[in-house]
Amino acid sequence: MQESTVITRSEEKSSPYAVEMRDIYKAWPGVVASNHVNLQVKKGEIHALVGENGAGKSTLMNILYGIVKPDSGEVLINGTAVHISGPRDAIRLGIGMVHQHFMLIPPLTVAENIVLGSEPGGIAAPYDRKRARADILALSKRYGLPIDPDLRIEKLSVGQQQRVEILKMLYRGADILVMDEPTGVLTPQETDELFLVLRDLVKQGKTIIFITHKLREVLEITDAITVLRRGQNVGELVTKQTNQREIARAMVGRDVLLRVEKTPANPGPVVLHVHDLEAQSDRDLACLHKVSLDVHAGEILGIAGVEGNGQTELVEVLTGMRKPTGGEITMADVKDGQAGTPKNITTMGARGVRVAGMSHIPEDRRESGLVITESIEDNSILGRHRWQQFSWRGMVLQLKNIASWAQKLIDEFDVRTPSATAAMSTLSGGNQQKLIIARELEANPIVLIASQPTRGVDIGAIEFIHRQLIAQRDAGKAVLLISAELDEIRSLSDRIAVMYEGQIVDIVSPDATEEELGILMTGGHQDPQ
Amino acid sequence: MFFPILGRVLISADFWQASLQFAALLLLPALGGLLSERSGVINLAMEGLMLIGAYVGVMMAIATHSVWLGVLGAVIAGGLLALVHAIVSINFMANQTVSGIAINLAALGLTNFLLPIQTQGQGIRALDDALRLPQLHWGPLANIPFIGPVLFQQNIIFYVAIIILVGIQFLLFRTNIGLRIRAVGEHPHAADTAGVNVRLVRYACVVSSGLLSGLAGAFLSLGIAGIFNQNMTAGQGYIALAAVIFGKYTPVGAAAACLVFGLGEALSPRLQDTGISANLLGTLPYLLTLVALVGLVGRTTAPAADGVPYEPASE
Repeated sequence: MQESTVITRSEEKSSPYAVEMRDIYKAWPGVVASNHVNLQVKKGEIHALVGENGAGKSTLMNILYGIVKPDSGEVLINGTAVHISGPRDAIRLGIGMVHQHFMLIPPLTVAENIVLGSEPGGIAAPYDRKRARADILALSKRYGLPIDPDLRIEKLSVGQQQRVEILKMLYRGADILVMDEPTGVLTPQETDELFLVLRDLVKQGKTIIFITHKLREVLEITDAITVLRRGQNVGELVTKQTNQREIARAMVGRDVLLRVEKTPANPGPVVLHVHDLEAQSDRDLACLHKVSLDVHAGEILGIAGVEGNGQTELVEVLTGMRKPTGGEITMADVKDGQAGTPKNITTMGARGVRVAGMSHIPEDRRESGLVITESIEDNSILGRHRWQQFSWRGMVLQLKNIASWAQKLIDEFDVRTPSATAAMSTLSGGNQQKLIIARELEANPIVLIASQPTRGVDIGAIEFIHRQLIAQRDAGKAVLLISAELDEIRSLSDRIAVMYEGQIVDIVSPDATEEELGILMTGGHQDPQ
Repeated sequence: MFFPILGRVLISADFWQASLQFAALLLLPALGGLLSERSGVINLAMEGLMLIGAYVGVMMAIATHSVWLGVLGAVIAGGLLALVHAIVSINFMANQTVSGIAINLAALGLTNFLLPIQTQGQGIRALDDALRLPQLHWGPLANIPFIGPVLFQQNIIFYVAIIILVGIQFLLFRTNIGLRIRAVGEHPHAADTAGVNVRLVRYACVVSSGLLSGLAGAFLSLGIAGIFNQNMTAGQGYIALAAVIFGKYTPVGAAAACLVFGLGEALSPRLQDTGISANLLGTLPYLLTLVALVGLVGRTTAPAADGVPYEPASE
């Protein structure tokens, strides 16, 4: 009797917190991902969870969603201690999660993706397409998230896919919405729209946990902030009473230069000349239409655009990894401020353009930058393995020279690793990226193509990589920068080319506002729909 | 010489009846393999599952004096052996291709080992009609010229296979379970976060492939042959897998592919009077498989996560 009264009382005492995580500890072999972390999220607020890569944000959220089991610690939902042993439990408790990489199944329809796992009629029933459709349209109307339930996911833009993810949570009746880096893939206009939706959801009583590393967004949309560093709490802040500098310092543990420092560019002659380039995508569809560009020595030309508008293919064609179907690419060396005779590199192939003096930081380091299972030494000569110092007649490896070369790259670019023979996969993303950049810059290129150079690396490494790119520019190299991060494009570039549907729609100065760029990036229309 | 014989074969009811029978025999393991692949587990084991089904079916039928208990034994034996593939592939995340081939070799070795022991070295004598699966005879329908023998005088399992075909087509594309199977085969992580039990779905699909292949084994030994011989499946399980791919991972497509292969298998023994070597003609179904895979189908898309073990806490 005594006990039951106690339980009733504790249930009656309503908690101000929708989510409380207490003293969460989780260790993987060799790493403590979550070191006695606490998180308190009030009902009806937008709560930012910030920190660098590897700070433990995702681990914490995966514990909340039941994907990862904590070694110890306690989770309370609306004041009640709960045990979450899988996504099914989390869904039952009203927790929804939009993952950074969308959890959508491309060949299935919007409706099928939304109802999957909670289908109308239950598991044993035939699939009720009409009811699924009606339920989704009702939800979409209620929350102002227009969508066609019958379209296949593969036909949707990234912004629309995110809308499907949000509907998926709402369909399951989620009251606590976790959003992992939701703006990384959106245009500025889509981000504004998302923020309107999030504010509306909060008004309707939802609680939102917002994971991000974009400090401007933290200040714009959230009410409270929890900062993690190396798996530990380093700050609980109230958004209204803080600023970017304070959050950044908490994240990194020291003062960080948020703005890139650079002097005005001193552009020389044209080094890379691209004329009327045409190419086809993997699905044999035209993806580049008469792309023409000039990159001068001593400048950074940025290419802005929503991902999937031909940037990837443009880089592949320039670096010899994809055959163009038309047009011409020439490259000229520069000596004493004068350009040499332009060399046609259009059909040279990946090896040819490297020999001609091009370096390439690829957008996906695991896919085309590194052989992830092999050692740092091996990776340090990828693409340069025919150099005389690395292989005798291009056949027998000169191991001593390779070892000292790798050590040089490690020292000069501050690659954090136990040894030069460690497998690439044991390094953090930032350090992997540093090694690629070291390798590509030490080749002393004429032209540097940097594609998403800071993707998935932490603030400290971003600062370092940005400085390196500026240094290349100041040393008279021609730098072509492709990035989905508009802030990065704007702060590093001397000119910005905007790509939309395989075309360069305009070339503007870096002083253009984010709004102006956003409009160009979506084809010049105000409405991104 | 060649073409007159070919012509005579092609218009004979006997040839078409045999073609459909072979097609049905291939269809059962094909549907099983299809379920397994659709859920994301590569399955090469149908050959071994069929063989074990054929063996256990005969032994059980003889021991219990009941053909139906024989069929039940065959189905269960196939299911149990498939469970091994499921455990190895899903829990231990082993290489699914190797596991499948290992199961085939194990089934061959096991049946070769057990057969002489259980029959005191005598082998199995041809089964009595009472211990064989019955040929059905649909009354007046069966008497229609040509159509009668082809469609209405088939073994009972032929009709069962067609019912299962319709059932699996419906299951996969018109039910919530089917939606989950397809989701798990395409993107298990997404299915998991949506609350689908990835492992359960995969287990169910792989074990189903064993049940269906076991049934096909019983059809072969207790129905078509009336006897068990060593290695009597002779590659049919692999052809069934080719039919899955040829049929672009849909039940109806796989059925069409099985029909093509069935025609090939029925054709080769009937062309021996042409003077072409029987061994050469015996390669016909397999050559047809290659031609079909390269020429008629081109690129087919397997489920995106086919063959990729799923580890929930990998991220």
